Amino acid sequence: MTQASAPMKAKHQRMTLVVLALLAIVAAGLIAVWALRNQANYFYLPEEMAATPPQVGQPVRLGGMVQAGSLETLADGVTVSFVVTGNEASAIPVRYSGILPDLFVEGSGVVAEGSLQQDGTFLATNLLAKHDENYVPKELEGLDGHKAEQKVAETTLGL
Amino acid sequence: MHIYANPKRFLSLASWLTPLLFFSGLVLAGGVIVYGLAPELPAWLVALGLQPVPPDRLMGETVRILFIHVPAAWLGMGGWTGIALSSAALLIWKHPLAALSARAIAVPGLIFTIACLVTGSIWGRPTWGTWWVWDGRLTSMLVLMFLYIGYLALAQATAREGASPTIAAIFGLVGAINIPIINRSVVWWNSLHQPPSITAGKSAIDPTFLVPLMVAVLGFSLLFGAIVLMRMRALIAEQQVEARLRRRALEDEPIPAAGGAMEPA
Repeated sequence: MTQASAPMKAKHQRMTLVVLALLAIVAAGLIAVWALRNQANYFYLPEEMAATPPQVGQPVRLGGMVQAGSLETLADGVTVSFVVTGNEASAIPVRYSGILPDLFVEGSGVVAEGSLQQDGTFLATNLLAKHDENYVPKELEGLDGHKAEQKVAETTLGL
Repeated sequence: MHIYANPKRFLSLASWLTPLLFFSGLVLAGGVIVYGLAPELPAWLVALGLQPVPPDRLMGETVRILFIHVPAAWLGMGGWTGIALSSAALLIWKHPLAALSARAIAVPGLIFTIACLVTGSIWGRPTWGTWWVWDGRLTSMLVLMFLYIGYLALAQATAREGASPTIAAIFGLVGAINIPIINRSVVWWNSLHQPPSITAGKSAIDPTFLVPLMVAVLGFSLLFGAIVLMRMRALIAEQQVEARLRRRALEDEPIPAAGGAMEPA
């Protein structure tokens, strides 16, 4: 009887130890992730930049959607200006001189590297296009706007 | 599971399962990649109702990288999950094959993680405009690659030096914390990498891409399983060779003594 229960006990002891160790690891991981939660963001959302603006001239990244109809080329021919919007009403005007990535279009996501200027515009030194999670064949693009928008709205989780 | 504690039983199972997984995986994964890359299909396939994969509305032809990138990412993460489960089985139940299976999983796991990073980088250049950024998803996946390299080095060193396999098992369990971090990185933090396209019961991927993607995932998973079984058989064979050599060395020892005894005669 005691011989049968002794190895069982050892196994249970190991099981408890491993479970406790796993819990400790998960707790440590969660604490680390919690501490990182703001530092590990790759970019500021426009509403975050409006609420807690970074210092003027400090290099940061701004990410959001390029507002439809806001993209225009300035008189010098190489500088573009557009407005980046987020989940809320806030919008940040951006200026950028340089080559635009292929995926950079109005209504799609963008990450701009640069700094906030005194007048509240964001001067970008580099633009990265952000793909959303939707994979749609070219034919679907011809879908009438309302239906396509609905499909994108149904399936899109975030920015 | 303890039925397979007997290596003979495991080997008889693995001997027919390995070629089955390998060739079915090769056909599925190879087939879907050829299909995914083909701009046109032969007439008999079109007659069967198959259409070539169309370009994406924004990304164009580069969308085809999806069929390698996503299975590689999932298997890279699934591999470490397998290492963690094997490590738990070793620590709790002391299953004799658990250390071997964890070591066997680490090799294809590392390969698929590297494949994910490389294809992602190649994909990122034309779509995002950069080869690499230090956002949450990309960085945590890079950490996974280093964890695999560290695990392999540790497991091989402990096996070579005859140290306890529990050292590597503890590392395997601790490293598992990175898996949920990779998975949630695009939800917790703003990142350049897009949020998950496939969530419970919902997909933002059009069926023309999703169906071949799922076939590719299945095919690469079968290949992964086949490679793990091959590695386990090789590791068992290695152990048997070592045991046999050691036994022979013990048996041989008296012979020179006997020869020495004959000399005076």
